[in-house]
Amino acid sequence: MNSRIPFYALVFTLMATGVTMIIYRHLQANVPLLPSEKQILWDIEATVIFDARNAPAQVTLSRPLGQGNYTIVDEITASPGFGLTLAEDENWPRAVWTKRQPSGEQRLYYRVIARHNSSATAPTANIPAPLNNRIWSEPNLTAANDLILKAWQLSADPYSFTTELLKMINADAANQNVRLLLNSSESKGELAVQLLNQAQVSARLVSVLRLEDGRRRQSPERFIKVWTGDKSQLFNPATGERGLPDRAILWEGRGHPILQVDGGRNSKVEFSIIKRVEPAATSYAYHNANLLNFSIGSLPLAEQALFKTILLLPIGALVVVFLRIFIGIKTSGTFMPVLIALAFMETTLIVGLVSFVAVVAIGLFFRSYLSHLNLLLVARISAVIIMVIAIITLFSILSFQLGLTEGLKVTFFPMIILAWTIERMSILWEEEGAKDVLVQGGGSLLVAVLAYLLMSNDVIRHIAFNFLGLQLVIMSFVLLMGNYSGYRLLELRRFKPLLEK
Amino acid sequence: MFNPIERYLQIRRLGVLGMNRRNIRYIGRYNKRSVYPNVDNKLKTKLLATSYKVQTPELIGVLETQHDIQDLHSIVQGSEGFVIKPSKGSGGKGIILLRPTTDGQFEKLSGDAVTSNYIETHASNILSGLYSLGGKPDVAIIEALIIPDPVFDRYSYQGVPDIRVIVLQGFPVMAMVRLPTRQSDGKANLHQGAIGVGLDLGSGRATGAVQFDMPLTYHPDTGSLLSEIKVENWTTLLTLASRCHPMSALGYLGVDIVLDKKKGPVLLELNARPGLTIQIANSCGLLPRLRAVEKIKHAERMSAEEKVAFSQKNFARPEASSATPADTNTSV
Repeated sequence: MNSRIPFYALVFTLMATGVTMIIYRHLQANVPLLPSEKQILWDIEATVIFDARNAPAQVTLSRPLGQGNYTIVDEITASPGFGLTLAEDENWPRAVWTKRQPSGEQRLYYRVIARHNSSATAPTANIPAPLNNRIWSEPNLTAANDLILKAWQLSADPYSFTTELLKMINADAANQNVRLLLNSSESKGELAVQLLNQAQVSARLVSVLRLEDGRRRQSPERFIKVWTGDKSQLFNPATGERGLPDRAILWEGRGHPILQVDGGRNSKVEFSIIKRVEPAATSYAYHNANLLNFSIGSLPLAEQALFKTILLLPIGALVVVFLRIFIGIKTSGTFMPVLIALAFMETTLIVGLVSFVAVVAIGLFFRSYLSHLNLLLVARISAVIIMVIAIITLFSILSFQLGLTEGLKVTFFPMIILAWTIERMSILWEEEGAKDVLVQGGGSLLVAVLAYLLMSNDVIRHIAFNFLGLQLVIMSFVLLMGNYSGYRLLELRRFKPLLEK
Repeated sequence: MFNPIERYLQIRRLGVLGMNRRNIRYIGRYNKRSVYPNVDNKLKTKLLATSYKVQTPELIGVLETQHDIQDLHSIVQGSEGFVIKPSKGSGGKGIILLRPTTDGQFEKLSGDAVTSNYIETHASNILSGLYSLGGKPDVAIIEALIIPDPVFDRYSYQGVPDIRVIVLQGFPVMAMVRLPTRQSDGKANLHQGAIGVGLDLGSGRATGAVQFDMPLTYHPDTGSLLSEIKVENWTTLLTLASRCHPMSALGYLGVDIVLDKKKGPVLLELNARPGLTIQIANSCGLLPRLRAVEKIKHAERMSAEEKVAFSQKNFARPEASSATPADTNTSV
C-alpha cells in the first residue's frame, strides 16, 4: 500500500495546483468563473438571382459598412465561376462579380456577419453627398417652392426642416401641392429627397434592412439620409421618425442602388437573416503575467484559435475514460469518438450525425466490394480513403445543388479517421457480424455525442479557454479514474447469471 | 427493480473479477510489458515451447514475405489438414482450418470448398497486418491440423474444442472447455458464439455451461447434455498449463490447450489478457482463488506438480472434492 502514497500525493498536488491557478487567475486578473457576456451576431445572407444573357455580365451589390450599433465581423461570398472584387471604396463599398459568358439562371451569395454592440460608437465622419437638382417644370416648381417655403419657416435646421417636409407630405390628401408633386414622383421618400435638394440640403434615399430572426426573402426599406456639415441623420419617410430603428442595419448609405446588373434580366436580391447568441470571445486583459497567471490570451490570435480546439480535447478524453472505465461502453478505436466530436463542433450535432452515419454506411457498402478484390492492406485502405473523398465530394455537390448548405459541412470530418472507421467496421462486420458493428458504432457515436455536448457547453468552454488550471484538474481526475478497480456498470448485467445459483 | 448498488455488492461478495481489477491488479502487476511478445507472437511462443519441451501442434511452415505465398502450395502438399494463422493475431481472428479433399483441393472443416486464391488472399492479408495488433506487418504460421481426441465428439460442432486454464504464478486457478458451435463457424472463440463449459479443477468434470454469457444445458447443435463432460488425464493437462508460467514469464495468463488423439494435451496458444467469462461458465468468482494463491509463501520454489496438487486440493468443487480423489488418480 505504501506505493500508493506517492500516487495520491501526485494527484493531490495536480489538483491543488490546478485549483490554485484557477482561483488566482479569477482574483488577480478578474476573469469571471462563469461566462457572463453574450454577444448577438446577425448572419445576413444576400442572394442575387438573375437570368444571364450569354453576354458579359457585371453584378454590383452594395455592402454594409460597420456602423453605430453594428460591427462587421466577417464577410463570405459564394459565386461559382465568377470573378469577384470586394471594392473597399468608402463612398460605395460593394461587391462586384464579373463573368464573360454566363448563361441561364445565376445565383450569387454574399454573407455578412454583424455583431450587435450594446453601446453605440460615434458614427464616423462622412462627407455630404453632392446636391442633386431636379429640373422642375411648372406648375410643379411653384408647388415645390411653396412647400419648401412653408417648411423652412417652421424649422430651425436641416433636420427639423426634413421633419416638417415629411409631415406635410404625409398629411395625406389635404394639400393640393403635395398631391400634384406626388403624381410626378415615384414615392414620398423620393419626393422628399428632391425637395430637400431643391432647398440646398444634401440628402439621399438610402437602404435599411430590418433585422428579424429567421426571416427569408426580406427586402430593404428606403430611408432618407440628410447631411449637415459632416454629420448625418436618417429619417423614415413614412412616419417622419428620426434615426435608425434599433434592430436595423444601414445596408447602403450614399444613395447608390443596392443591386445593379449589367448583362442580365429579371435580377433581384433577397435577404435572409439569422440571429445567433454566442458567448463573447473576450480575451481578458493580460497584465502581471506570471507562472500562476498563464493563459492563451498572451498568444497571437491565430494561435489562440488553434488552442481553442486543443484545450477542449482533454474534456473529450475525460469523457472517453469515464465511459470506458465506469460504464464499460465499447467504442471503435479508443479516441476516435473525440475526433468525431471535434468534427461535430464544426458541423453542429444533427448535421454531423446524419452525414457521418451516411458516409460510413455508403462507405461500408462499397468496401464490401473491395473485400473481393484481393488487395494488400495498404492499397485497400488507400482505396477506402479515395472512396471517402469521392463520397464527401458527391455529398457536398448534391446538397449544394439541392440548396442544403449544411451538406457542405461534411468536409469537416477528418478523412483518414472516416476511412479507418469504415475499414475497421467492415472487418468487424465480416468477422463478428452486423450486431457488433452496431454495438461498437453506436458506442462510438454515443461517446462522441456526449463529448460534443460537454465540449460545446458555454461554461466549460469558457473555463477551458480562460483557466489553464483546469487541465491539471482534468489530469488528476484521469489519474484517479485510471486507478478504479471496481466493476463497470455493464459488468453488473454481464455477471448477473452468477447470482442465479 | 435493478438496484446497481445492491447488485454491485452481491457480485463483489461472490468474488467476481471485473475488467478493471483484472487490468490493474493482475495483468498490470504480474505481466511485464517486456515479455508480452512471448505470447502475442505465436511463432515465438511455439519456439519457446519447443525449448521448454511443452508439446505444441507440429509447425509445417512460416510465410514471412508476400513472395513466400507462392510456395504455400508446396509447403502444405501431402499434409492431412493444416491451419493458417497470423503470428500476432488476437481474439482468434484470421485463423482458418483446412483439410485436403480427394481432388487435391482444400476445404474448410465445415465442408465449404475454398479456392487456392482464397487461401493466398488470406495469407496475404495476414502478412500485411490485417489481423495483427496495430496493423503491423506480420508473418503467417502454418501448422498441422490437430486430430481431436474423440472425447469431445459429442459436444462440438466441427472445429476443435480447446481447454482454457487460467494460471496465476503457475497455479491453475480455473478452467473451462470451449466448444465450437455452428454459430461460431467451428471456432472455439467465446465472442463468436462458442460454448464455455466450466471444469472442476479437482476432477475435470463439467460444472456449468455458458454461451454469449448466458447459461445453457445442452449443446445447441448436437443436443448432448453438457454436464456429462469429463476430461481425462486432467492432472497431466493442468501440469502442462502450469509449466507455461516459467516458459512465458507471465504471472497471470490464460493457457489454451487442445487434446490431440495421439499426442494428448498440446499447447495451442497463450493469452496475457484472458477473458472473464470463465467465471460465468464455472458459476464462481476468481478472486478468492487468486487471493489464496497470492497468500502462499515461497511459491517460486514449488514445482509445477506441487502447484497443480495445491490447486486440485484447494480449488475443487466442494461437493465433488470428497468423491473424486480416487477418480483423479486413475486418470493420471
